[in-house]
Amino acid sequence: MNGLRLAWSYLRIGILNEFQYRANLYIQILQTFIALAVGLIGLQLVFDQTTQLGGWSRTELLAVMGVYILMGGVIRAAIQPNMERLMDDIRNGTLDFALTKPADAQLLVSVREFRLWQTVDVLTGAIVIGVALAQLGWSLSALSALGFLSALVMGAALTYCFWLMITTTAFWFIRVNDIANLFEGLYAAGRWPVDIYPLWLRTGLTFLVPVAFAVTIPASALTGRLTFLTWLGALGLTVLFLVVSRLFWRRGLKNYSGASA
Amino acid sequence: MKRYFDYYRAQMKIAVLQEFQYPIAQYFYMIGMIAEPVIYMVVWSAVAVQQGGAVGGYTPGGFAAYYIVWTLVRNMNIVFTPYGWEWRIREGRLSMELLRPIHPLHGDVAYFAGWKFVVIALWIPLAIFLSLIFKPDLHPTLLEGVAFFFAIWLAYLIRTMTLSLLGMITFWTTRVSAIFELYFAAELVLSGRLVPLTLMPQWVQDLAWFFPFRWAFGFPIETLAGNLTTSQLLGGLGMQAAWIVIGIVATNLLWRVGIKKFSAVGG
Repeated sequence: MNGLRLAWSYLRIGILNEFQYRANLYIQILQTFIALAVGLIGLQLVFDQTTQLGGWSRTELLAVMGVYILMGGVIRAAIQPNMERLMDDIRNGTLDFALTKPADAQLLVSVREFRLWQTVDVLTGAIVIGVALAQLGWSLSALSALGFLSALVMGAALTYCFWLMITTTAFWFIRVNDIANLFEGLYAAGRWPVDIYPLWLRTGLTFLVPVAFAVTIPASALTGRLTFLTWLGALGLTVLFLVVSRLFWRRGLKNYSGASA
Repeated sequence: MKRYFDYYRAQMKIAVLQEFQYPIAQYFYMIGMIAEPVIYMVVWSAVAVQQGGAVGGYTPGGFAAYYIVWTLVRNMNIVFTPYGWEWRIREGRLSMELLRPIHPLHGDVAYFAGWKFVVIALWIPLAIFLSLIFKPDLHPTLLEGVAFFFAIWLAYLIRTMTLSLLGMITFWTTRVSAIFELYFAAELVLSGRLVPLTLMPQWVQDLAWFFPFRWAFGFPIETLAGNLTTSQLLGGLGMQAAWIVIGIVATNLLWRVGIKKFSAVGG
């Protein structure tokens, strides 16, 4: 309960902070627009040559792109900025300031930053999903909608665990800033459903980097492909990752050697 | 001349030593970068297979060749970024470099050229790995190999110039990230980075002639992975040289006008 209050306070501070820089909103809108345009161009180029890709139609791939944009917005608004700050703190020794506070350290380092303007991507993603659903004739059952929403939450949680674990390696490797680059590169694979990739890559995108869970599985729910068994597997994996990442974080924290910054 | 030579050698050595310090970080960077062409390769190979083996003249093996060479060209394309220029100008870091008796651009060119040796050394195992998996259809002749060697270094110089020009806009305004984003989007589409230009609609291919992008990206790839005739190879290298001359003139001009606007003290 206390944790929630803490997260809420940080969220409010983050929002107030962003309101100081309102011009950034317009830049964000432009960036989102450019990313959307490039995505649509890519889709158009592929479907100039073919009518379906790995069993997915053009409209269904539009839904995948919508989820991709939406989840990307969630990551860049709430997950990535926190983890990047954590990396800097570990390297510079300023993590002391978080560790000495009377709250759970993992919770604290995970909620300190919030980039409000990135939620433009969340909105845009939702609109793209809406357009795709309209083109599919709104054939979404209540159960599918529920599956979609729960898959989104699990996907975000898994992505958070992935980021936390990679960031935690900074306790040993010190300079891991290029991780953002690594993640962005691999996350871009989510623009397409993971079943088009060769097996080794699909496995990596499912269990090493949870792109499949972040994008493909929610999109599968939207297009009526998600089976109950897959959903259950996703749930199990989410719980497992939450536990493992916490243990790993604790292990890493023991290795922290910053002494008063 | 000797002075420049020594400076370049020293700067390149520093780059190699600095960048080799954190090989893990380098690999994070590389894997993130290599994901992009692998995605394109897989998507387009799937399309080619569905269309009966080839699309726009490319077979899956052809796409593999294109996108594996892509990874090397992309590495050669890494230069001092316009965001670096923005930082350098906004924070006044440029003041320090202005004190040196050599143009700051030389420092950039030399440092990133040195870094290339690290990048290429780390790239080789990844290229072998990708080749084993995707089986590229790549049979370069000796002439193509030689042309490729020159093409990638010329591409490096072209991109250094264009991105420096872009970065120098910061002399006039500090709200530059929107301009940068637009530029990178145009580059992505018109350079052959997203797909080989021959897969683009004809009007996009025509449009690409008016920009330097393809000479820094698509052309070097095609020297090795495409079937260019000797005259096309030489013509392309000539176009690269021409863009470099334009680039040098433009950077010098913009630098001279821009530096008068630079007002940071200290740094």
